Amino acid sequence: MAELTIVYFAWVREVIGRDEEQVERPAPDSSVADLIATLAARGGGYAQALEDPTRLRAAIDQRFAPLDTPIGDAREVALFPPVTGG
Amino acid sequence: MKRIAIQTADFDVAAELAALEALGGGGVASFTGIVRGEEGGLIALELEHYPAMTQAQVDRIVEEALARWPLLGVSVIHRFGRLEPGARIVFVGTASRHRAAALESCAFLIDWMKSDAPFWKKEHFGDGATQWVEARAEDEAKAQGWRS
Repeated sequence: MAELTIVYFAWVREVIGRDEEQVERPAPDSSVADLIATLAARGGGYAQALEDPTRLRAAIDQRFAPLDTPIGDAREVALFPPVTGG
Repeated sequence: MKRIAIQTADFDVAAELAALEALGGGGVASFTGIVRGEEGGLIALELEHYPAMTQAQVDRIVEEALARWPLLGVSVIHRFGRLEPGARIVFVGTASRHRAAALESCAFLIDWMKSDAPFWKKEHFGDGATQWVEARAEDEAKAQGWRS
């Protein structure tokens, strides 16, 4: 099965030190929160950026999604802080 | 008329308003967001967005406004990139037959642009320091207020 693309924005991108990567696809019933925990376990910038999921928001295939949403067969998950546009 | 633009370039407010005024309604409302000249030496705001998502997400917000109010026209322009104090960031304009729909939908759109469009602001200061703007709870509360 295809890999999953993860994209990062704002300080999440800066602290992790990359804006995009491909990862091995997690099980379809695993959630965005599960993905965040897996990435945080890498340590370094990942741990620093992702240690407190309450500071994070997500989108699945370019639509906002709560962190407990299953990733399913999505192609792209985005992780970022709460938005500050307008 | 529905116009959505996500761009680095500045925009001409008079031209945007004229396009809305030409739609034959009785009222046009608008909001223009400007980079504030903060105390504390802010020299620029850097706006980042999620290119693959932004246009579609703003379109969903505009469609929500069109479903709630009888509008003749909606224009939303949001800039990204580096913007200095005094620069325009965002424009929301609405045209309707009556003022209430134009005014309310304009307020709705800017509240939702703040809480539901994938943009992030980073402040740059004269001493070289930078800081990501934190989302404000009251902005989220304002957007939530339209949901009830």
